[in-house]
Amino acid sequence: MSDKGKNKQMKEKRTDGEKQTDHKAVQENPEHRPYHKNLSNLDIKPVYAPDDIEEIDYLTDIGFPGEFPFVRGVHPTMYRGRLWTMRQFAGFGSAEETNKRYHYLLEHGETGLSVAFDYPTLYGYDTDHPLARGEFGKCGVAISSLVDMELLFHGIPLDKITTSMTINGPAAIIWAMYIANAENQGISKTKIGGTIQNDILKEYIAQKSYIFPPAPSMRLIIDTFEYGCKHVPKWNTISISGYHIREAGSTAVQELAFTLGDGLEYVKAAMKRGLDIDAFAPRLSFFFNAHNDFFEEIAKYRAARRIWAKEMKKLGAKNPRSLWMRFHTQTAGCSLTAQQPEINIVRVAMQALAAVLGGTQSLHTNSMDEALALPSEKAVRIALRTQQIIAEESGVTNTVDPLGGSYYIEWLTDTMEEETYKYFDKVERLGGVIPAIEKSFFQREIAESAYRYQKEIDEKKRIIVGVNRYKLNEEQSIPILQMDEKGEERQIRRLQKLRKDRDQAAVQRHLEELRTAAKGEENLMPYILDCVHSHATLGETCDVLREVFGEYTEQAIY
Amino acid sequence: MTDLASKVLAGDVRSIARLITLAENNASDAVDVMKQIHKYAGNAHIVGVTGVMGSGKSSLILELALEYRKQGKKVGVIAIDPTSPFTGGALLGDRIRMMDLSTDPGVFIRSMGTRGMIGGLTSAVYDVVEILDAAGMNVILIETVGVGQDEVDIVKIADTTLVVLVPGLGDSVQTIKAGLMEIADIFVVNKADTPGVEQTVAELESMLDLATHIERRTPIISTSAKEKKGIPLLFRTIADHKEYLIKSKVYDQRRRQRYEAELVEIIRKRLMDFIFDEDKLKGTVDCCIDQISRKELDPYTAADEILGKILK
Amino acid sequence: MIKKIRVLIAKPGLDGHDRGAKIVARALRDAGMEVIYTGLHQTAEQIVNTAIQEDVDVIGLSLLSGAHMTLFIDVATMLHKKQIDDVLIVGGGIIPEEDVPRLKKAGIAEVFGPGTPVDDIVTFVKQNVKR
Repeated sequence: MSDKGKNKQMKEKRTDGEKQTDHKAVQENPEHRPYHKNLSNLDIKPVYAPDDIEEIDYLTDIGFPGEFPFVRGVHPTMYRGRLWTMRQFAGFGSAEETNKRYHYLLEHGETGLSVAFDYPTLYGYDTDHPLARGEFGKCGVAISSLVDMELLFHGIPLDKITTSMTINGPAAIIWAMYIANAENQGISKTKIGGTIQNDILKEYIAQKSYIFPPAPSMRLIIDTFEYGCKHVPKWNTISISGYHIREAGSTAVQELAFTLGDGLEYVKAAMKRGLDIDAFAPRLSFFFNAHNDFFEEIAKYRAARRIWAKEMKKLGAKNPRSLWMRFHTQTAGCSLTAQQPEINIVRVAMQALAAVLGGTQSLHTNSMDEALALPSEKAVRIALRTQQIIAEESGVTNTVDPLGGSYYIEWLTDTMEEETYKYFDKVERLGGVIPAIEKSFFQREIAESAYRYQKEIDEKKRIIVGVNRYKLNEEQSIPILQMDEKGEERQIRRLQKLRKDRDQAAVQRHLEELRTAAKGEENLMPYILDCVHSHATLGETCDVLREVFGEYTEQAIY
Repeated sequence: MTDLASKVLAGDVRSIARLITLAENNASDAVDVMKQIHKYAGNAHIVGVTGVMGSGKSSLILELALEYRKQGKKVGVIAIDPTSPFTGGALLGDRIRMMDLSTDPGVFIRSMGTRGMIGGLTSAVYDVVEILDAAGMNVILIETVGVGQDEVDIVKIADTTLVVLVPGLGDSVQTIKAGLMEIADIFVVNKADTPGVEQTVAELESMLDLATHIERRTPIISTSAKEKKGIPLLFRTIADHKEYLIKSKVYDQRRRQRYEAELVEIIRKRLMDFIFDEDKLKGTVDCCIDQISRKELDPYTAADEILGKILK
Repeated sequence: MIKKIRVLIAKPGLDGHDRGAKIVARALRDAGMEVIYTGLHQTAEQIVNTAIQEDVDVIGLSLLSGAHMTLFIDVATMLHKKQIDDVLIVGGGIIPEEDVPRLKKAGIAEVFGPGTPVDDIVTFVKQNVKR
């Protein structure tokens, strides 16, 4: 960057914190907030200048886009060559209802699909399971069998569009249904592309939609890596996620550190199985949150790319694609308010912009009614348009990493990396990621941050517009999504018909074979595919695995 | 007999719960009922489960409770967590691991805060044990706070005290307080699927080799909830211990000690209530404390004065 | 006599979002109450049985998955059937305004939506405890 000599001059000229009160400018306009900390509790200075980043060497520490350490982006031309995928997370009620929403979104310009499943599905229960009572379709689509999967993607060419599925505990089974559906349509496994979230570690930490204990869950995940490498080459078999960790209340630094820590844990587990790092690493993907502190989020994504590239190199990756931290982003659901919901559109726009300036490969923008219900058509359309405006009208895609070189951004990128490594050390001292989970380390850190954030809001140290300032006396309601009350009945009838019409003997046989294989060490994907093809339901397949693997229950508050 | 007392003796869950609340709150309504139910108590086997935080006490209790249920026994569980000295509130989270039992009519679980009682064991625990006992529980499992320091108190109330350790949980056998080691009727090395278990067991064995003054060599049982190992053995060892206590007449000794502790606790509570009661001696006490602060009076003379007023 | 307010914080059904429940639990603890938190995936039966054994003054139900009309009302109905009418029931989570009147009719005293200051919940509990 600048000459060291010039920096020394600069330091002397600066109005640092200690000199602040003497400086005329500060006396005339004293700080009107008690402190300036970002959402990770880091102190932010009034001014950043070359002396803040004088240790940085452009070529080794930052690099050009598409070159190690990839701070500026994983591809050389980024959005000039290809825009990020506009991929809106969607799902509710039955497969037919959600299929309609998918067609609507595709019509309006989304370029990738993303499936939200309902709670019974997330936990591997069929719609008619007693624990599914009242939950059908409420927060996502209900998928109990291959038949539902067919209806979900009716009329959608699976060889022409990629699909991301937010599924974790039963990910292998849902993935098998997707593959089986494509095959039934005559589309080979080698042609389908997409992602399964399949990130169980963050379930124990934050999202809590786990089924089995850690060891068998990891086994299933590595099975999917292996299977994907060999048979479904265009598929990202994991989306290592920080979104949910952030939504549970963590800071940006914690989101970064815990996510990358989880990622490295999966890599080590796969290598332990004997998989070649360069074979599976190119298909690892990530998923981050885009929260309110604009520059912190951008710095976070940049730091993530550098840390991942460095660590993967350390683990022996030689293929440059193994070093790419490719990610999907979703704007922060937890930052949106039920009060004056229309203003959420503004929040989402800024968060989306941060994600784009941070170089995301794929983006979901939340709808304004996020804190009220699942997105209405109008709300989701506005969310999609938000991305399209950024892409077409704002000009930010004309150049790669436009904020590269900013004193603040480079300083913040470095600082977040330092803070991340501090967490890596802590976790290592606890024995690694899984022991740390068992000791509730991450859960406690997250709960502490969540509580502190809430206190800041309640004490008005942090202002949320419409909630603790600029409130309305009379809130005006907006129309929210209404769901089809008859959907649950229809689904149950469909399930009953499915169970009657199928070859029961074949189902039993395949479930038995799965049970035997689960007790051993074989890759379970082929067995799961057999079950799914023969119309075993999600619940039946999961029940076999529950028997063999056991179920996980939380051990502590935190 | 009061309505509440007969309902408790009949095992009515709401009544049991209500009486526990009254006893915890030191309500005068509780006293009559406690007087009436005492003679129906004294049958349950009281098992104290103590050990540092993170040693897996709650999961162990869950597994033991399931074993007792298999034998058709009724189980009471008392789970104690620390009350914050600053706010007076408490987060009682031990039940989280026992939710499978919450719909079993043969199990009664109660979460309690220490409520300012120093020593890991709240004064109301004696009452709660009597209540659950009189209500028909065959075994009462008490999970203490787990700060690793003053759980020595549990030995006053339990027939059988389990000290739970975990391999490699920072504390090796030597660093755990001597008192804790001595009160153990059974050592449980939990999470025995973690590395270091053989070392922990070996350290315990060598410690026991040196303890020549004890009559019965304390058994060491390794358990693992993950691998579902050791629970039936632990269960039998607890039963064996009870038999040993009865055969060696130590049982009666221990019971006597418990009642002594309970009586002392009731007297202490009443005395303190009297002394710090606004209408009784609180004025005098406050005055004395002010004088002590001004060095006009020493604490011993003050005590003489206060006690003098009571004993008059 | 010491009287502590005892609160059960429960998450009924399959919803796994526990950030709010834990924050409320901690805030109530900081306000001097004894808070029993039973974790995720509770059935109405488990919640009601726990409430009885723990002799709680308040039950706080937290749900963000949309299943509140079924699950909150299940709990309220079961309590009513067991003739337990001295427990204050409150709810929180993602609950549309239009559903609140029916919930209140079923016995939920108040519903605290997103953006509620935690102190409001503490104050409401203190002022509305029935015993």
